[in-house]
Amino acid sequence: MKIFVCTKQVPGISEVKIDPKTNTLIREGVESILNPNDRNALEMALVLKEEQKAEVIALTMGPPQAEEILREALAMGVDKVVLLSDRAFAGADTLATSYTLALAIKKILKESDSEENYLIICGSQAVDGDTGQVPPELAEELGIPQITYVQKLELSEDKIVVERKFRATEIVVIETKLPALISVLTDINKPRFPTMMGIMKAYENSNVIYFDSKNLNADISKIGLNGSMTEVKKIFFPERNGKRIILEGSPEEVVKKLCHHLQEDKIL
Amino acid sequence: MSIKIDHELCTGCASCVESCMYGAIELNNNIAKVLPNCTLCGACIEACPEEAISLERGDIKTKKIDISQYKGVWVIAEHYKNKIHNVAFQLLRKGRELADLLQVNLTLVILGANFDDKLEEFSQYGMDEILYVRAPILKDYYSDLYVKVISELVVQNNPEIILIGATPTGRDFAPRIAKRLNAGLTADCTGLEINPETKNLLQTRPTYGGNILATIQTPSSRPQMATVRPGIFKIPEKVQKDVKIRTIEYQFKEKDSVTKIVKVISKTKNTVNLEDAKYIVAGGRGVGSKENFKLLKDLANVLGAELGGSRITIELNWLDPDRQIGQTGKTVNPKLYIACGISGAIQHIVGMQNSDIIVAINKDPNAPIFHWAHYGIIGDLNEIIPILIQEFKKLKSEE
Amino acid sequence: MDFSLTEKQKMLRKITRKFAEEYLVPVAKESDEKQELNKTAFKKMQEMNYFGACLPVKYGGAGLENDTIGFCIVIEEISRADAGWGITIAVHNGVAAYPIYKYGTEEQKQTFLEDLANGNKVGSFCLTEPNAGSDAAGVQLTAVKDGDEYILNGTKIFSTSGGIAGTLLVVAKTGDKDSRREMTVFIVDSKTPGYSVGVKEDKLGVRASNTSELVFEDVRVPQENILGQYGDGFKMAMRILDFGRIGIAAQCLGLGQAALEASVKYSNERVQFGKPIGRFQGIQWKLADMACAVESARLFTYKAAFIHDKGEDFGTASSMAKLVASEAAMQAAHDAVQIHGGYGLMKAYPVERYFRDAKMGEIYEGTSEVQRMVIAGNLLRKGV
Repeated sequence: MKIFVCTKQVPGISEVKIDPKTNTLIREGVESILNPNDRNALEMALVLKEEQKAEVIALTMGPPQAEEILREALAMGVDKVVLLSDRAFAGADTLATSYTLALAIKKILKESDSEENYLIICGSQAVDGDTGQVPPELAEELGIPQITYVQKLELSEDKIVVERKFRATEIVVIETKLPALISVLTDINKPRFPTMMGIMKAYENSNVIYFDSKNLNADISKIGLNGSMTEVKKIFFPERNGKRIILEGSPEEVVKKLCHHLQEDKIL
Repeated sequence: MSIKIDHELCTGCASCVESCMYGAIELNNNIAKVLPNCTLCGACIEACPEEAISLERGDIKTKKIDISQYKGVWVIAEHYKNKIHNVAFQLLRKGRELADLLQVNLTLVILGANFDDKLEEFSQYGMDEILYVRAPILKDYYSDLYVKVISELVVQNNPEIILIGATPTGRDFAPRIAKRLNAGLTADCTGLEINPETKNLLQTRPTYGGNILATIQTPSSRPQMATVRPGIFKIPEKVQKDVKIRTIEYQFKEKDSVTKIVKVISKTKNTVNLEDAKYIVAGGRGVGSKENFKLLKDLANVLGAELGGSRITIELNWLDPDRQIGQTGKTVNPKLYIACGISGAIQHIVGMQNSDIIVAINKDPNAPIFHWAHYGIIGDLNEIIPILIQEFKKLKSEE
Repeated sequence: MDFSLTEKQKMLRKITRKFAEEYLVPVAKESDEKQELNKTAFKKMQEMNYFGACLPVKYGGAGLENDTIGFCIVIEEISRADAGWGITIAVHNGVAAYPIYKYGTEEQKQTFLEDLANGNKVGSFCLTEPNAGSDAAGVQLTAVKDGDEYILNGTKIFSTSGGIAGTLLVVAKTGDKDSRREMTVFIVDSKTPGYSVGVKEDKLGVRASNTSELVFEDVRVPQENILGQYGDGFKMAMRILDFGRIGIAAQCLGLGQAALEASVKYSNERVQFGKPIGRFQGIQWKLADMACAVESARLFTYKAAFIHDKGEDFGTASSMAKLVASEAAMQAAHDAVQIHGGYGLMKAYPVERYFRDAKMGEIYEGTSEVQRMVIAGNLLRKGV
């Protein structure tokens, strides 16, 4: 059994602040990190690896700097890491990204030449783009079933049974055959920290495997910007639309004023 | 493909440096320089006041399609327990507007089993046509069946725009259809417009944790697909209108679905309905403790409001996760939103900025929430809220 | 000269910081009050291999034996969260586990290192006695040969982690005269009959770390447990402390960093006279001085680690690092309290704890005065 985990290097969004004067992003001190939700995917894969015999392979597409998150995945305990890096991949939207990831997975499966079954685990979405579109698109590209927003998984030799959360209060239990793809929710497990020994192993006894557009035999019209149907027309900052009436006076006075306003606005 | 900087035109103003979310441009000898970690997102092109930045595409020939062959706006409904999700009706309001601008038909697409007697009622929401695909198995949601049926319908009918609710279900099947049709799809939109010149759909969505908004378009392929957040648009008023109803019987073979629903587990625990709430009382870190939420609960009870919170209140276990409002929680649009002890991080704002009236109570006069609030009260919520409760009670009894 | 860290070192910092913020910061105040290390945190620290930080993988360690800068980064990040944990790990590795690896026989390594590396046993270095503080040659605890064994009698005080230790390095007098040439270091297992823990000290700072009096009454130790050569104990102790001081310097550095970060944050948030106090020059000068002090501490500490790893004589460098870093931490913590004003005195903010913790650094593992003595002594003996 092979378990693929798709990961992404993202900016640490929670550290991002807006400069109130210039209304621009303050990027200083914002680190590139492993997408937090992908940690849940890795944790799930590593638990499965411990319970059953499986090889865990983490993939990412990105610039060479993205090697860092793969080293982190190695430090957490994955067996193999693959970085899809090529200038020709840049500018990819989710269609081009899923095409490229699918090529890499097919290549790895072909080269391992055994008739192994496989499972792909993704985070539900990345904190920068927040689209959540790559997992279903990847499944479509590979022609395998997908189950998104998964919170629990049982894996057996040729099938999975998962709990999919499709509403705040409702969970559907779904069964499907392998190979399959799932995307997992953020609060389903507590991802492990890489230990010091893990870090040591990740940097000293392991290699990052590089794929580019050539050794993937990629159709150049389907990758990067060329393979992308969507394009960014404009990027701007949210308008602040508050009336910003600050009510002043004693607590009793401000409450009176507020009620007066709310009645005028026909809210009360 | 690369970002090109015209050295003649570049004035070294650094607008592009500020616009880049990935820190991939710097000034070198007062000229902008693109670094290897550039993702070609194009944000800098728009930001440059001198038009010195351009995106150079290679001479790759991509298959061009004739986009004029695609006509019509579709809204795809989802349902659970034979009830259509409200977001479909919300999308019909926006869909009507887009269809009128484009002078095309608006179609509601339903895949289901038992809607025959409800179509009449649905036809009052302003569409021109209902496309009802009927099959017993479509009583439930199957990812692959939705993808198969909708993809086939799209190929047969060539709509130019497809709108889908950005729910776990919509976000499950929409990407897969987009991939099958090689169509551009924009996730989780909060704004939709038509470019008056090109007639392209301009899809605006929060990105980068809600810190910025990006407008996305799909200029050279059709259909243009978007998933749209529930709660962004209001359900339209009912109108009497002639609506064409097309019912399609669909025959599935057993192997059409590779997944099997084993069972559905419902938590019957008191359900929270923030999306449809008229009044919301929400708390943030400033509430201070789980116990202090009692005060907010009292306020909510007086108003008949739902209780919500910012992300931190969920992380600290002060509130249940289904009460989270914001980028990673719910998007709400009540008549009145009272933010208590919420500082106003952008991740929270994106979830509540469509509220009609926002009231902020916060100790810190510099809290960003005051930029978004219609009425701000600078003070201790423990002092303010009890008085507020008294006053609301008084007003209520006067009615 | 290249000041950049390796990718591995950056990862060590990133992960240790995140780990410490999640597991150590939330319980730091409580540990300080209770005067003990949090049990959950202890287990997690074991899992993360911090107890084996500077031991080779071969002995169950994390493999930083030749990367003392990496070791310093780990101590620094742990101390940034809780200096009590910082001193515990610095002492355990620097003056207990590492010396056994560095100077021990293969048999000693096989016997002792595994339990130290996984943290099942905590290490302690026992030198100080009531009459042997800065004057380490005044050790009175005796070890008398009896067949293949030595019988230890006496008392050690102020031993860091002494009360929770399973493996102790004990400096004993093995001759009649109070001579530096008649001392020997023994590895003692805490289960040995005759050994007992005396008073647990109630300290000013780093209160989460244990400091205890240790009593030796006819404790029989086999002669195979002599670390290094018989009679070579004073030199051995000094060499152990030379390395240990790099760890202490890193501990002080992390503490100084925490004080600086708290002050910058507070200076931006606290509004007085209508603006954040960071806009006032009086605060700005303090912040600038703190930042310079902390950065000097960092440079001195990493440099000492660098010299050590090159295999050169690092005694002066480690004393300098310990001196500069401990005084930098004290300055930073002092200014941090001042910047916080009244709040700085309150337990609700961590800076009062930093202030108490920082003072410890100027005293343990050789006071500032002893460091100056070592530095000057080396200058006068070896030249500049």
